[in-house]
Amino acid sequence: MQGHLDIQLIAIVTAVACALPGVFLVLRRMTLMSDAISHAILPGIVLAFFFTESLSSPLLILAAAGTGVLTVVFVELLQRTKLVKEDAAIGLTFPALFSIGVILISRFAGNVHLDMDAVLLGELAYAPLNRLNVFGYDLGPVSVYVMGTILLLNLAFILLFYKELKLATFDASLAATLGFAPTLIHYGLMTLVSVTTVGAFDAVGSILVVALIAGPPATAYLITDRLSLMLTLSAVIGSVNAVSGYWLAYLFDVSIAGAIATMTLLVFGLVFLVVPNRGLIAIARRRTRQKWEFAQTMLVIHLFNHERLPEAEAESEIAHLHEHLRWDPTFATQVVKYALNNRCVSQEETLLTLTERGRTVAQQALVQ
Amino acid sequence: MQASETKAIEVTDLTVAYQDQPVLWDVDLDVPPGVLLSIVGPNGAGKTTLIKAILGLVRPAAGNVLIYGKSYEAQRRIVGYVPQRGSVDWDFPTNVLDVVMMGRYGALGWVRRPGKQERELAMNALEKVGMEAYTNRQISQLSGGQQQRVFLARALVQDATVYLMDEPFQGVDATTERAIVTLLQEFREKGKTVVVVHHDLQTVTDYFDWVMLLNIRRIASGPVDETFTPENLRTTYGGRVAFMTK
Repeated sequence: MQGHLDIQLIAIVTAVACALPGVFLVLRRMTLMSDAISHAILPGIVLAFFFTESLSSPLLILAAAGTGVLTVVFVELLQRTKLVKEDAAIGLTFPALFSIGVILISRFAGNVHLDMDAVLLGELAYAPLNRLNVFGYDLGPVSVYVMGTILLLNLAFILLFYKELKLATFDASLAATLGFAPTLIHYGLMTLVSVTTVGAFDAVGSILVVALIAGPPATAYLITDRLSLMLTLSAVIGSVNAVSGYWLAYLFDVSIAGAIATMTLLVFGLVFLVVPNRGLIAIARRRTRQKWEFAQTMLVIHLFNHERLPEAEAESEIAHLHEHLRWDPTFATQVVKYALNNRCVSQEETLLTLTERGRTVAQQALVQ
Repeated sequence: MQASETKAIEVTDLTVAYQDQPVLWDVDLDVPPGVLLSIVGPNGAGKTTLIKAILGLVRPAAGNVLIYGKSYEAQRRIVGYVPQRGSVDWDFPTNVLDVVMMGRYGALGWVRRPGKQERELAMNALEKVGMEAYTNRQISQLSGGQQQRVFLARALVQDATVYLMDEPFQGVDATTERAIVTLLQEFREKGKTVVVVHHDLQTVTDYFDWVMLLNIRRIASGPVDETFTPENLRTTYGGRVAFMTK
C-alpha cells in the first residue's frame, strides 16, 4: 500500500511542479522548448557524473540545468541569424546535444548505470526505492523531496514575479520600456524550466516531462480566460492526470509514465469536446443553431418584403418556398417548423403570415 | 546645454541599421514640449524604428536621444508608449481592467502588486476612453477599435509627460478615431508632448500641430503649416502622392 501512495505522491508533486512553468511556456508558444531541454540536458548529466562519479549528487541537477539554459541560448542564436526558423532551430539543437550525451555514455560509461531506457521513459515504479534515511528513520522517497523543493521554487518564483511574468509574456516591448528586463525574466523562466525538467526527468523520464509541461496548461487554457485560474487549473489537471494515469497503469500492468502521458491526452481530448463555448460539441451546436436561425431570418425577411403586396398570397405559400428561395422541400418544411416553434410565423392552412415577433426579427435583421 | 533641457525630445544623428541595411540615416529631431507631432512617411521609412530607438527598444548604430535633457533610462517614468495593436497576443488569458493596470507596473516597480489605487486609476482611464462597460471583458472579445482604446487607457494610467504612439489610428472605427483625437487634444492642453506614427496624410493638418516627414532620413520637421508642403511630401514619397493636401 505504501508503494501505491509513494508513487502517486511523486507523480502529483512532479506534475504540479511541471504544470506551473508550463503555463508560461504554452502562452509564449514555447512548449517545444521543454522537449528540447529535456533531451539536451543529457550531456550535462553525463559530464557532471564523470566529475562526481555519483548519480545522486546535486551537481548533476545544476550541470543539467546549465545545459538546459545553454540549449535555449543556442536555439535563440540560430534563430537570430534569420536563416532558420524557431522550430528548425530547436530540431537542430537538441538532437545534437542529446547525441553528444549518448556518445559520451557509450564510449566512457558503458559499465555504469546510465540506462537509455530510463532516460527516455523513466521508471516511476522504482522511484520510491531510493529513500531518504536520516539517523535510521525512513523519511520517504528522495524524489518527493527533490521535486517538492523544485515545486516550491517554481511556486515562489511565480508568486513573487507574477506581475512581471504576465507583462513580459503579454507585451514584452512594454515590459522593456517600463524597465522590467524581459530578457532577464525570459532566462529566469528558462532556468526554472531546465531545473524542473532535470528533476522531473530523473523521476519520470523525458517523454513524460514534456506531457506534464504542455498537457495540463493547454487543457486549462481551453477552460479559462484568467491567468491565475489557468495556473491553478493546470496544477489540478496535472494531479488528476497523474493519479488516473497511475491507476490505469496498475489496472493494465503497463508503464506508469506511459499511462500518465496517455491520460494527459485523454483528459485534454475530453475537455476539448465538452468545454462550454469553445469545445467541439458547443461549436457544433452553435453552428447548427446559427444555420436554423439564419434560415428563419431569411424566411421572415422574405415574408416581410412581400407583406401587403398583391403577390403576398403566392409568396407565402409553403409549397412555393422551395421554388422561390430554391430551398430543398424537406429543408423548407423544417425551417417553417423552426419558425413556427419560435412564434415568428403563424400558419393558416398552407399560408404563412408573419407574427408581430417575426416582423421585429425581420426589421432588426434589415437595419443591421 | 541650456537649450536641450527645454526640448521634450531631442534626437541627434540617429542611425539605425540591420547589418549594412540602414533603416534610419543620421536623423535629427527636436520636439518642443506640448506639441502633437505626427511622423509620416512611406512604408519602410523607419517610422516605427524611430519610436523604438527613442524608447531604447532598438539599439542605434550611432546617435543620441534625450528626453527633457536626460537619457531614456533616467526618464522612463515620464514616457508612455502605445505599441501597435497587432504587437501583442489578444488571446492572452486576461481582461480589460488587467491590461489597463499594466500601465501602472512601472510606477509599482518589481514585485509589488497592483491594488485598490491602481484599480481606481484604471477604471477612471477606461471611463475616459468610453470603455467602462467592458471592464471585465476578456480581451479576445474586443473589436479592433476597442483594443486600441484599451491600449490608450493603459497609456493614460501611466500619467506620462511624453507619449509615443505607434499607429493608434490603424484599423479603428470612426468613433474610436474621434475618441483618440479628443484624448490627444486633452494631452496637449495639459502640456504633454505626443509623438504619433501616422499613415493618413489627409488628417495630418486637422489632428496635429507638428509634423515630421521621414524616409530613412529626415526630410523635414516643424509646425504643420510650414512643413507639410507639397514639395516636402514629394521628396518624402518620391512623387507617389496622387493627391494634394492643401
